[in-house]
Amino acid sequence: MFRKRIVAAAVAAAVGMPLGVHAASDAELAQIRDELKRMKDAYETRIQALEKRLQAAEASAQKAEATAAKAETAARAPAPQSGEAAFNPGVSLILSGTYARLAEDPANFQITGFVPTGGEVGPGRRGASLGESELAIAANIDPRFRGYFTAALTPENEVEVEEAWFQTLTLGSGLTLKAGRFFSGIGYLNEQHAHAWDFVDQPLPYKAFLGRQLGDDGVQLKWVAPTDLFVEVGAEAGRGRAFPGSDREKNGFGLAAAFARLGGDAGASHAWRAGLSYVRTSPNDRRYDDVDSAGTEVANRFDGRSRLWIADFVWKWAPEGNATERNLKLHGEYFRRRESGTLTFDVDGASAFGTQVDRLSSAQSGWYLQGAYQFAPRWRVGLRHDRLDFGTVDIGHVANGTGGLTAADFPVLASHSPSRNTLMFDFSGTEFSRLRLQLGADKSRLGVTDRQVYLQYVMSLGAHGAHKF
Amino acid sequence: MGKIFAMVLAALLASASAPAAAALNVLACEPEWGALAGELGGDRVKVSTATTALQDPHRIEARPSLIARARNADLVVCTGAELEVGWLPVLLRESGNANVQPGRPGNFEAAGFVALLEKPARVDRAAGDVHPGGNPHIQTDPRNIARVAEALSRRLAEIDPEGAAHYRARHQAFAKRWSEAIARWEQQAAPLRGLRVVMHHKLPYLVGWLGMTEAATLEPKPGLEPTTSHLASVLDELKRQPAKMVIRAAYNPPRAAQWLAERAGIREVVIPFTVGGNEQAQDLVALFDDTVKRLLAGLH
Repeated sequence: MFRKRIVAAAVAAAVGMPLGVHAASDAELAQIRDELKRMKDAYETRIQALEKRLQAAEASAQKAEATAAKAETAARAPAPQSGEAAFNPGVSLILSGTYARLAEDPANFQITGFVPTGGEVGPGRRGASLGESELAIAANIDPRFRGYFTAALTPENEVEVEEAWFQTLTLGSGLTLKAGRFFSGIGYLNEQHAHAWDFVDQPLPYKAFLGRQLGDDGVQLKWVAPTDLFVEVGAEAGRGRAFPGSDREKNGFGLAAAFARLGGDAGASHAWRAGLSYVRTSPNDRRYDDVDSAGTEVANRFDGRSRLWIADFVWKWAPEGNATERNLKLHGEYFRRRESGTLTFDVDGASAFGTQVDRLSSAQSGWYLQGAYQFAPRWRVGLRHDRLDFGTVDIGHVANGTGGLTAADFPVLASHSPSRNTLMFDFSGTEFSRLRLQLGADKSRLGVTDRQVYLQYVMSLGAHGAHKF
Repeated sequence: MGKIFAMVLAALLASASAPAAAALNVLACEPEWGALAGELGGDRVKVSTATTALQDPHRIEARPSLIARARNADLVVCTGAELEVGWLPVLLRESGNANVQPGRPGNFEAAGFVALLEKPARVDRAAGDVHPGGNPHIQTDPRNIARVAEALSRRLAEIDPEGAAHYRARHQAFAKRWSEAIARWEQQAAPLRGLRVVMHHKLPYLVGWLGMTEAATLEPKPGLEPTTSHLASVLDELKRQPAKMVIRAAYNPPRAAQWLAERAGIREVVIPFTVGGNEQAQDLVALFDDTVKRLLAGLH
């Protein structure tokens, strides 16, 4: 714009001058000169003004650059906090609680047909109750190791160390070693903490075969293959302190586990992962309580081998991979367990039958399929079906009539295939807060349907957690 | 059992022992850094990008495919400033790749090389999804890209010393092209100076570069989805003091911006936000060509 005017003036001057020489009168000449002078003056003023603006702009740009440079140095070398606080690890706390309305008394809960695990698998308490508060602390230890600790503070005012482990960061070649107490890498849900679940509780196979989830003291070695397809294999050796194993004083390892996984994307909108896992333990003096046919409470023990296979898959969908508005998560797992060994009926000799020893072998299975669909930002709906198959349970005492025992003396192992249907709605204002309504019809007990209503909150405070797939 | 694993292992080791390609494997967290690594590395790098322009970089999951790519990366190029805090740490730890762990040369954070804006005085989640280090969307100001390019070129040379001359030459050529392009964009965008605009998500680098003024944001707090009550208050604000347009990034859901544009009688401008945000913005130069063009079109 401005440049065009200068050109116009120059042209006018060049053309106008000779015109004046040839044909103009003196008066006209003076007028043209005046006009030119006015134009010249006007442009000079404007050019000066522009020059001033340019100088100012340059100065401010320099200033901005200086500030930027300063900030850059600051950004590169952030002023460290002084003292020991500078190395404080990341701390996060999960608060959770439920209000439950249960048709059946939670005190008589059992998963009929399946050996009780001793884990926290019940439907929880009626009415309002605090859930587990989970305190997690994590930080890099040095360039080689990272440490992680979670304690669950139970509503009964007990502290339980859920996980406490270190892992390597720089082993390289796709290898990672973890040691301490940790949730086993088997299956899909096993590694997830309760606050990350899509439902208030775990699916039936996890309750029946792992006593909620498998956590052990030991070591884990994982390897990610250098391939475009995600391939991961891992092996674990542990104490076998909890179901399906049993804690004892023994050199060596009581639990061995292995898993292999494949995963990848299918276009921008789909991602999947599938895996196969195996757990082997040798329970020794693993006890559970039962009631014999005369109504006497007895304690039974199992000694032998327990082998569990798990096949799992998870599939996630989000339009163009953008999960903000809508997304779907679907996963399912199939469990199959074989146990064989000896069952000691009435260890303490409390019943009229006295202590009786015979074989026990079983092959039982279970599966679940669940989906959670976010249909609008912040809102999700979920549906779950889980089911256990009684399979075959061969109790030697019953088959041989040892000590006069019959199937009626083993009511916990009565033939029953539990199942459950669950519907869930939840609202997450942000990724740090979640409110949930869950409705369920639970047929874990023989011949009884427990109608359950839960209201739950899960709140995360502190360090931003990063969740696994 | 053991046999099966041994067989799987053997098969995988066999497939892995094939000679690796000579090119440097670069995993970029966001498309702009993928494009930049491509500009600076040329045929010495093989770039893959973890996210697309249609995805919200705050909300990505550590998908198996990403773990596999992090496993094979020689260099990971990310924004940093906690933009990827919800997924990148898991990705790096699960990868078992020592070279790309934080603090190693193979871990490059762009935000470390520019001055971050909107550093919060108080870090409290009551203020929404605030980033303690400052606003991480630095790529919306091309002058930041120039700064990151210089640092990234040096980093490439550090990791791949044999290619140092190659990276230097490519950076020089890029820097020249880029500064010329910046001058062009600034000249073209002069009419935007002083303009009042409504932003979906805060983009202070873009707004500041072009001399615009942020009249309001559609998100009530950073990272929180727009609510109807907040949009109504923005609309009231615009009645008192109008704005010229409402700007959203390609990955932001359209409803809120459209709602406001319709009721306030202003233009909705969808900027590509990063490379690949629309059909035109297929490389870094095209990204800003298209951004400036769309903003200018919003004036009329």
